[in-house]
Parts: sequence; structure tokens; C-alpha cells
Amino acid sequence: MRRKITVFLIIVVCFLLQTTLFQTLSFASIAPNLLIVVVSSFGFMRGRKEGMWIGLFSGLLVDVFFGSVIGFYALIYMYIGYMNGFFRKIFFPEDIKLPLILISASDLGYNLLVYFFLFFLRGKFQFGYYILHIMIPELVYTIVITIALYFVILKINQKLEAIEKRSASKFV
Amino acid sequence: MRRRSKHSFPTRYMLLILSGLCVLIMFVSFTLNLSGGPLNTVAGYVFTPMQKGINSVGNWFVSRADELKSLKNVTKENEELQAQVDELTTELNTVKLEQYELDSLRELFQLDQKYPSYKKVAARIIGSDSSNWFNTFVIDKGTKDGIEKDMNVIAGSGLVGIVIDVGPNYAKVRSIIDDANNVSGMTLSTTDRCNVNGNLESMNENQVIEFSNLKCDENVIGPGEQLVTSNISDKYLEGILIGYISSIKRDSNNLTYSGTVTPAVDFKHLQEVLVILDKKQSAK
Repeated sequence: MRRKITVFLIIVVCFLLQTTLFQTLSFASIAPNLLIVVVSSFGFMRGRKEGMWIGLFSGLLVDVFFGSVIGFYALIYMYIGYMNGFFRKIFFPEDIKLPLILISASDLGYNLLVYFFLFFLRGKFQFGYYILHIMIPELVYTIVITIALYFVILKINQKLEAIEKRSASKFV
Repeated sequence: MRRRSKHSFPTRYMLLILSGLCVLIMFVSFTLNLSGGPLNTVAGYVFTPMQKGINSVGNWFVSRADELKSLKNVTKENEELQAQVDELTTELNTVKLEQYELDSLRELFQLDQKYPSYKKVAARIIGSDSSNWFNTFVIDKGTKDGIEKDMNVIAGSGLVGIVIDVGPNYAKVRSIIDDANNVSGMTLSTTDRCNVNGNLESMNENQVIEFSNLKCDENVIGPGEQLVTSNISDKYLEGILIGYISSIKRDSNNLTYSGTVTPAVDFKHLQEVLVILDKKQSAK
């Protein structure tokens, strides 16, 4: 329960920051994608199941406020969380290379999906433009934010795991 | 927790079920044009107040940064503006005279009802699209303040967009520069109709959006011409300023023209908007 509330709070804070503060602080009208960082990092830190649920919830949040149909972003975020869960086995907290690679891949994958479904299918074929002016800048900005945000999430997760371990050993 | 202790449900089946559910919801909300429903209400009460708060913090940061930036230019600008004030005062006087004349003429011709003063409500923008692909935003007024779907949103004198979804205390607005948005427009001087569509690429590059399918006589319309919403649009009220034509070229079919429009509204620094509470009466 403690974990659920904490994760919920993290998602809410990131969503709010992303839609308000970072939109006003955007460079060249590009803002970072904090929710991808949250979904992705919980995916590889906690496994497929949690990644999936956290992704679903974050996506729904985006859908309700900014989606044209409910469920589209939820689906994308859910799969991103799930996919990242596969990498739990090779994840070590001290190593920042894997998180950086996974988060950037997730962000790129997310943008490619959005481009394909919401732009390509409407006949906007200038892929080169979109990748250079939307996807890559967002990727760079997100990576910069990741370096700070990832450690916050990691610390919170380690705290939670320590508390869970303690209360579990109490029962035994 | 209890269920997990017995035997846990395989995650991949759960993923399949949830995917199916998402696709189902997508179809339902797309075909029936539903949106959120109870989700909207919950989201409105939980997130809207928080967005309001954080957004004011964000605005504070930006205004501090702007202050530092502008301090240098202020003195120079002041001189320029002073000159401009003198110039504009004289201009204003002539305009006033013309206005009186116009008013009396309108009274004569009883044209008042053509441009009624709409009832409006002011709202503050409290959040913008989380992705970099679209240009929708959330305002802090909803059904409680009388806002409904398809109401027009303006700022200053220019068109901002249209309400596409409402919750109890917030509303989603899609701006005219959004890549998926289309407005039926017309030129002010010749009332030739055209289609104005938002474009992410041209908006990012040159701060302009596109128009197409303008049927007009040769060399009548040039850059600087005002584009307003047309009389045949079924959602936008007639005669709201969209922007000014910045470039125009003849299409390859030699019949129609297309080009770019500079929006009348500064979307970069938009903070407050007005929602027009009158909706266009469309034949249904």
C-alpha cells in the first residue's frame, strides 16, 4: 500500500511538472518527457508487472487530459513499461549506462509510435523533419533530465524496498 | 495481496487483457465520441487545482527570466515607444473620427445584429500537452462556468481554438496551430473562402500555419490580407480574426491558391483566453 501511494505520488508530480513547469521552460518549444522516465525506470527496476500497471496509469492520465481518444497513450505507455520489465535481470543500481540506454530507447520508441499513428497515417511523410526537430531534441532533453530524475526514483525505490524487507522479516 | 499468495496470475495474460481493454475503449470513445465521463470528473477535481498551483510557479520563473532579459532593452525600447506613442495618438484621432462615422452608419443600416457582442468568460491556461506533437491545452473553467464542447476560444481579438472536451472545472482546448486542426476561413476584403490548417512543421520553423483551396481572382489577395472565420463553418462563429496571410502562391492546378498565415495570437506567451459562450447554431 505504501508503495502504491508513493508511486502514485511520483507519477502525479511528474505529470504536473511536465504539463506545467517544463512546458513554460521548454527550449525551442520542446519539453522533456518525464513520464517516460518514470514508467521506464520502474519497469526495469521492478519488473514487467509493475511496469505495465504504472505505464497504464500514466498513459490514462495523459489520455484524459490531452488525448483525442481514451486508451491510445495508455496502450503505448503500458507496452513501454512491460518491455522495460524484461531488462530487470541485467539491471544493477550502480550502473547508469543501462538506464540511460533503456530510457532513451523508450522515448524514441514512444515518439516513433506517436509519429506513425497520429502523423504518418494522416499523410505527413516528412519523417526526416520530425525526427530532427521533434524526436532528437526531446530525446536529448529527456536524457539530461533523466540523469537527475533517475537517481531520485532509484533512491525512493531503494528506500521502499528496505522498508518492505524490514516489515517482511518482522512477520517471519 | 491475498491473491498473490495463492498463485499469481501470469503477467503476459494480464497484458493481453489490458491491451484488449485499451483497444476496446479507444473504439468506443472514437465511435461514440465519448470522452472520459467519470474519469473526467475525477481528474478534474484531483489534478486541476494542482496544475493551477504549479503553473503559477512556472510562470513566476519565466517572468523573472524575462525581466532580466528585458532590462537591457527597456531603455532603448522606451525611446522607440515614445516616438510610437506620438505617432499613434494622431492615428487614433483619425480612427476615432472614422469610428463615429461607422457607428452612425451602422445605426442607419441596422447592421448591429451582424456583429453581436458575444458573451464571454475569461479563463486561465493551466497545462499544455505533455507531448511535443500537438498543441492542446487545459483551461481552468468547465461546465460549472457554462462552458460546453465546440465553443470558440479567443484571446485579444484573434482566434485561439475550440473547446473539444469539458470536465466540471476544466476544459480541453485545441488551438488552431495544432497539427490536426482545420478551420474554414475567408479573406476579409473579398470573402473568398479557404481552409486553414495547423501545421507543426511550419509553426516550429516560421511561426506560421497553412491555408489551402483559396479560390480568388488573380492578384487580388496578397500578403497582409486578413483571414477571418468563414460564414459556412459549422463550429466557428463568423468573422473572428485568424491571422494575416504571410505568403501566397498559385497551386499547380492554376485554379486555387495556397500559402501561409501568421496567426493573430501569440501562442508562445498565451496565458489567459476568453471563451465565447455563444455557440454557432448549426443545422442538424
